[in-house]
Amino acid sequence: MQMTAEHKESKATGPATATRDIYIPSERVAVSGGGTPHVVAKDFSIYYGDFEAVKKVNAEILSKYVTAIIGPSGCGKSTFLRAINRMNDLIPSCHTSGILQFDGEDIYGKLTDEVLLRKKIGMVFQKPNPFPKSIFDNIAYGPRLHGMTDKKQLEEIVERSLRKAALWDEVSDRLERNALGLSGGQQQRLCVARTLAVEPEILLLDEPTSALDPKATAKIEDLIQELRGSYTIMIVTHNMQQASRVSDYTMFFYEGVLVEYAQTAQLFTNPKDRMTEDYITGRFS
Amino acid sequence: MNLGTRKILDNSFTAVGMGSIVVMALALLVVLTPIVYNGVGAVFFTGTIEHRTMLYKEYGRGDSKTIEAQSATADRYRGEAYRMLSGFEAEMEGMTPEASREYRSKYAPVRAAMSSLLGPLPGDPQPMLTRFQYGQTRWEKAEEKLHDILYEKKWDYSDPTVMAKEFYVPRAEAFAGTKLAPLFGYVDKHLADMMQPQFTFYWGFFTDRSLDAHIFGGIWPEIQGTFFLAIGAMLFAFPLGVIAAVYFTEYAKEGFFTSILRSANSTLAGVPSIVFGLFGLAFFINTMKVSESKSVLAGSLTLAIMILPTIIRAAEEAILSVPKTYKEASLGLGSTKWNTIATVILPAALPGIITGGIISLGRAAGETAPIIFTAAVSVGSAIGIADVFSSPTPALSWNIYNLASEHEMASEIRHVQYGMVLSLVSIVLLLNLSAILLRAKISQKLKG
Ligand SMILES: Nc1ncnc2c1ncn2[C@@H]1O[C@H](COP(=O)(O)OP(=O)(O)O)[C@@H](O)[C@H]1O
Ligand SMILES: [Mg+2]
Repeated sequence: MQMTAEHKESKATGPATATRDIYIPSERVAVSGGGTPHVVAKDFSIYYGDFEAVKKVNAEILSKYVTAIIGPSGCGKSTFLRAINRMNDLIPSCHTSGILQFDGEDIYGKLTDEVLLRKKIGMVFQKPNPFPKSIFDNIAYGPRLHGMTDKKQLEEIVERSLRKAALWDEVSDRLERNALGLSGGQQQRLCVARTLAVEPEILLLDEPTSALDPKATAKIEDLIQELRGSYTIMIVTHNMQQASRVSDYTMFFYEGVLVEYAQTAQLFTNPKDRMTEDYITGRFS
Repeated sequence: MNLGTRKILDNSFTAVGMGSIVVMALALLVVLTPIVYNGVGAVFFTGTIEHRTMLYKEYGRGDSKTIEAQSATADRYRGEAYRMLSGFEAEMEGMTPEASREYRSKYAPVRAAMSSLLGPLPGDPQPMLTRFQYGQTRWEKAEEKLHDILYEKKWDYSDPTVMAKEFYVPRAEAFAGTKLAPLFGYVDKHLADMMQPQFTFYWGFFTDRSLDAHIFGGIWPEIQGTFFLAIGAMLFAFPLGVIAAVYFTEYAKEGFFTSILRSANSTLAGVPSIVFGLFGLAFFINTMKVSESKSVLAGSLTLAIMILPTIIRAAEEAILSVPKTYKEASLGLGSTKWNTIATVILPAALPGIITGGIISLGRAAGETAPIIFTAAVSVGSAIGIADVFSSPTPALSWNIYNLASEHEMASEIRHVQYGMVLSLVSIVLLLNLSAILLRAKISQKLKG
C-alpha cells in the first residue's frame, strides 16, 4: 500500500531512512525559503491504551507550506495533529511508538521540554477558545508568559498579531473588551492571533472552521493564504474543497493509516490509491 | 399513559411542589419574625432615665444637661415615694413586736421591688455590682417591676390533682390603714413620671462593651470575637482548601491513595461539629500546645478543620467546571501546567471558589460546638489583635447559648439574647448575600 517518492533532502532524515519508505510529496510548489522537512515521522504510531489510533506513519511535513489532513471521521487526523505539539499528553491513556521529529529533534525524547515545544508549535482548536479576558490580554497572554512585561512592546505585538490575523481593523477600538463578546469567526481569528503572538514556527489548525459560518470560514481561509510562506501550517479538515483551496500538500488518512500524501492538486485530480479516489469522489464515508 | 392522567399527575405534582415551598416560607417566617421583632428591640426600645444615666456614667454618652433636668423631675416624683417608704418604716418602729414582724415580712418584697425599679433607695449603701446600681433601664421591664410592686404572687393548691396555679393579689389590701397604703396608687399613677420613658435608639448595642455580664451595655466583644474566629478559620482553610482542590483535580493520579483521600474528605464533611470541638481541644491545645488553654488561634484552627472539606468540595467543583478548552489553549501557547492553573483555571473558577469560601465563612461564624472547648468564654472584654494567639474571646454563637441557659438573670436579658441572635443571623445572611453578589459580578466580568 505504501509507496516511495523521490526524496531530495535525504540528509534531514539521516541515513537510517534508507531502509524506510518515507512519504514526501513528489513535486514541490515554489515557496521562498521553504521545503525543508520540518516535522518527520518514522514508523510513528499513537495508541489510546491498546487501541492503535494512528498506525506507523512515515512522512515529512515541509516547512512554510500548507499541508492539509483529510479523511473520514475517526481516522486519526486530530490524534496525529495533536501528537505534534504533544497535546495528547493531556490524555493519560495516550502513548506513542516510533519516531516523531521537529527540526531534527525527537518530539517524544526524554529530554524534550514540551512547554518549549508548544511555544514553537502553536495550535488553534476546532471550537474557538478565547480566555474570558480582554482581547488585549488574550493576545498578550503568551508573550507575558514568556517573560515580556514592557507595555510598549506588548502593545506592538498585540497590534502586529491582530493585523496578521486580519482582525485589527475590527477590534482596534475595543481591545479592553472581553473576548467572549466577539463573534465566532472573530473569536477564531483571535485564537490565531493569540497563537501568532508567541511567534511559533508551526501552526496546527484542527478543523478551525467547522464551527463557523461560510463568511467567517472564507476569512479564515484567506488568512491561511496570507500566512502561507511565513509559517509551516497543518490543517485538519473534513471539507475537501477547503483542503484543495488552501493547501499545497494533502495527507489522506484512513483508519489510522496514512494512505496517500501528495501535492494537493495531484491528489485531488489524479489520486494514486483507489481508496483516496473513492473518498474524494464521495463514494464512501 | 393517556393525556388526561398525565395532566392530572403534572398538576398534582405542581401543587405538591408549590405547597412544600409555601410550607418552607411559612416556617422561615415563623422562625424569623420573633427573632427580628425581639432582636430589633435590643436597639430600638423605650428607655428610661435610668438607661440614660447609666450610659452617661458608664460610657460618657449623652447630654448631661438634659439628663440632669430629667433626673431632677424624676427625683421629685420618686422623693414622694421614698417618703412613704421611710414614713412606713418609722411607723413599724412604733408597733407591737408581733405586728412589726408581720408587716416587716410583707414589706421586704415591696422594698426590694422598689429598689429594683428605681435603683438603690435613699440610705442604702452603694451596691458593689453594677447591675444593682441602676433601676430598670427599659420601660417594659419597669412595667413588670410595677406589677411586682402592686401584686403578690400566690399559689393555688386547692385542687391536689393538678399542678398548683399562680394567682395575684393586690398588696395594697395587706397594708390598708398604714402609711404605706397610698404608695401603690401613687407608683401606679406616676410610673412614667418617675422613669421618664423616651424612645431610644441604642446603636451602642453593637459597639459597646458589655457591663456586668450583659446586664447593661452592648455585644461588641461577641461580634468582634465572631469575626476573629471566622476570619482566622478562613485564613487557614481557604488557601489550604484551594491548594487541595487543585491537587485533587489537576495533579492526583486516580488510584487507591487518591480515592482514600477523597472519601476521607467526604467523611470529614459529615462529622458532627462537637467532635471537631473535642478534637481541637485534644489536638491543638493539649497535644500541639498552640496556646496554654482556650485561644482564638486554637478556635480558628478547629473551625478551619471543620470547614476545610466544604471548601475543598466547592473549589473542586468550580475547577472542574472550567472548560477544558481554556486549559488546552493555555498549554498550547507554551504555558506550564502551574502557570495555566494560576492564570487561567483559578481565575475562571473564582466565582465558585469564592462562593464556597464565603458560605463556609458563614458556617464558621455560626458554629458553637467547635469553639466551646477551644476558644469561647462566656463573658469577657474585646481582645486586641495581638492577643489572638493567647486569649480566648466571647463569641455570638456561644454567648447566645450561654446567656439563654446559664446566665443567672437569663430572663431579665431576653432582649440581649435576641439582639445577639439577630446579629448572628444578619452576619451570616449578609455573608451569603455578598457571596451571591460577588459571584454574579465576577461571572459577569468573565462573560464580557
Ligand atoms: N481520548 C481518547 N480515548 C480513546 N480513544 C480516542 C480518544 N480520542 C480519540 N480516540 C479514538 O481514536 C480514533 C481517532 O480519533 P480522532 O483523532 O479524534 O479522529 P478524527 O479527528 O480523524 O475524527 C477514533 O477511533 C477515536 O474513537
Ligand atoms: Mg478530529
